[in-house]
Amino acid sequence: MSDLEVFRQETREWLEENCPQSMRSPVIAGEGACWGGRNWVFESEDQQLWLERMSSKGWTAPDWPADYGGGGLIKAEHKVLKQEMGRIRARSPLDSFGIWMIGPALLKFGSEELKQQHLPAIIRGEIRWCQGYSEPNAGSDLAGLQSKAVDMGDHFIANGQKVWTSYGDKADWMFCLLRTDPDAKKQMGISLVLFDMETPGVTPKPIKLISGSSPFCETFLDDVRVEKDQVVGEVNQGWTIAKYLLTHEREMIGGMGLTGAGSKTLGAIAAQTIGTTNGRLNDLFMRTDVAKWEIDAAAFAFTAERVTDEAKAGQGIGATSAMLKYYGTELNKRRFETLLKIGGSDDLIWEGDISNNGWTARTLLRTKGNSIEGGTSEVQLNIIAKNILGLG
Amino acid sequence: MALVLNEEQKMLKESAQGFLSEHAPVAELRAQRDAGSAAGYSSTLWGQMVNMGWAAILVPEEYGGLAFGHVGMAQIVEQAGRTLTASPLLSTAILGVTAINLAGSEDQKTELLGAIAGGELTIALAVDEKTHHDPMQTAMRAEAKGDGYVLNGEKRFVVDGSTADKLIVATRTAASPGDMKGISLFLVDRTAPGVSVQRTEMLDGRNAAIITFTDVEVTADALLGEHNRGFRALSATLDAGNAHLAAELLGITQESFDRTLQYMKERKQFGALIGSFQALQHRTAHWWSEIEMCKSVVLKVLQSLDEGDVKAPALVSIAKAKLCEVAELSTNEAIQLHGGIGMTDEYEIGFFIKRARPAQMLFGDYNYHANRFALISGY
Repeated sequence: MSDLEVFRQETREWLEENCPQSMRSPVIAGEGACWGGRNWVFESEDQQLWLERMSSKGWTAPDWPADYGGGGLIKAEHKVLKQEMGRIRARSPLDSFGIWMIGPALLKFGSEELKQQHLPAIIRGEIRWCQGYSEPNAGSDLAGLQSKAVDMGDHFIANGQKVWTSYGDKADWMFCLLRTDPDAKKQMGISLVLFDMETPGVTPKPIKLISGSSPFCETFLDDVRVEKDQVVGEVNQGWTIAKYLLTHEREMIGGMGLTGAGSKTLGAIAAQTIGTTNGRLNDLFMRTDVAKWEIDAAAFAFTAERVTDEAKAGQGIGATSAMLKYYGTELNKRRFETLLKIGGSDDLIWEGDISNNGWTARTLLRTKGNSIEGGTSEVQLNIIAKNILGLG
Repeated sequence: MALVLNEEQKMLKESAQGFLSEHAPVAELRAQRDAGSAAGYSSTLWGQMVNMGWAAILVPEEYGGLAFGHVGMAQIVEQAGRTLTASPLLSTAILGVTAINLAGSEDQKTELLGAIAGGELTIALAVDEKTHHDPMQTAMRAEAKGDGYVLNGEKRFVVDGSTADKLIVATRTAASPGDMKGISLFLVDRTAPGVSVQRTEMLDGRNAAIITFTDVEVTADALLGEHNRGFRALSATLDAGNAHLAAELLGITQESFDRTLQYMKERKQFGALIGSFQALQHRTAHWWSEIEMCKSVVLKVLQSLDEGDVKAPALVSIAKAKLCEVAELSTNEAIQLHGGIGMTDEYEIGFFIKRARPAQMLFGDYNYHANRFALISGY
């Protein structure tokens, strides 16, 4: 048996023994997800147990170095772990902006001290992070941000306002872009800093969205003390890290166009809801919409697969995250427009059991943000035109 | 299987690119058209292609072929889409070989596949009877008579039908149009008594034919595959054809794009390169994204054919539909962004739309394949 086969065997046995039964079903629309953090209330003992067991092996961050509590797995092993978790439909033990975003940035750009301080707590799900990027006057033009940190000798004092802080009211720490040199050219005077959300002067305020929920906050910074050792990378060099993180974010959001394995196809939902005659959906115009969407969704899924395989084989052009983000989010918006048409008037009901509390309508409204957050579709098209096609 | 080309497939792609851009560029298609070529392709060029082994790529080794698979063959077809190269590759080396290999008797395979691989035999597939592709609607009759059959009916849009040595003809031997049972395939010599061929030059300068069969008598060994059970092989042959048409459309789509992108970096208006205008940049970036989708579906369907995946028919329809959509976008955007010069016969960009439309329509356009995909998917 090869080392990898041994690893697969051991992983399978370990998962069989340690993954609680109730954790062996997919998280649907966020229901049952575990975000961790100081104030997290586990929804079940199993959820807590699953996080503890997985993080003790470092498998909440399987490919991070074991020195910081990560799994230390090589790529092939990481893939095996994913396959074995998929086999028993084990859900992710932890959803975390720490693992998806600031962790990778710290691994790449952070000092040894910062890694030691923050990575283990991220892996254990003890600290929940949020992102302080956008500002009221710096959306697509992110580098135009104005919130500033003034050098006070042994620390900085930060002032300004951030917006679209995902779960800012629930997070423990923020990674935040601040202007540290007001005289430099706009991309040049920005630093990426970390601070505790409990620091005096930090005030997150939820924003109610058209979907009725409040996953985002605006965050006010009034004379917030930021320690100098909490700057990631060099002072005034934060834009490079920000761009790296934005690429990460694009990849994450672009994945939304992929409907998870095991979830029902649009065609199956339509057939069940609308009915068929001689194998054809009873509404022929809707049938066209559904088929067009499914053809595009298949093409997108194969493209995500191809881009990954090309990267592994050292082929391809890279910089495809903008294309995946653009196409995936537009596709996701179309999916919910089609779902709403399939559901009909019952799906317009905002609350109550008939519409599962307006799930389709609310999600449709939420998807409108997919092509705005993490860089609008238009920004992605700019990136493609400039970086890939060489159009000046 | 990883969704990338292996080393051998990449080498074939490069060699096809080199050969076709040197020996069969778009200028060659124009020359054929202007000379009023009866065949619609150059037999010298076809001879060269045969010498390079291209007619033998899908032929199994035991019949003198290379057995290099659909992914390999499509690397040539895609390049031929870029250069708009006309040849019997699709009719003979893809459709002919696939049908004979799937349905043929041992004798038929030994005799015919070797001849195709050696460039001694060309084939045309005669399926459509009306203006829209629908093989289950086959109505042309073949009646048993003595030891053989008598064929009566009419076929249209028979690509290479005016030049091919043999025709593979879909006929109805039982049941009614609309039924997949009762369809039988026959091998008929193009010059057999009672076969009347009307050559129809298409907008791409290539050939198709309307072929009338009047009391055409064939012997029992002209039957290709089982009596009344020809639909399976026909359908699989059409699947292979459509996968390669998708590959050709991918070549057309990419070449239209590349030429237009180049033009946007040369053409100035309002004192600036037109590629610097954001309105055009966004259109072009969207167009490029769609082409990325096309590359993936085409490679996926070709791999599925080589692997004998049961999902191949659904993937064929996904790929052909997607490529029809994007080839339409691509050839239209190419003309629009070139502006007036794109409307002239002198400039080559207009040749791409003229080849794309017949390739889209052959064996089912977007609507046909979206409908077929929906039916396979249960709605």
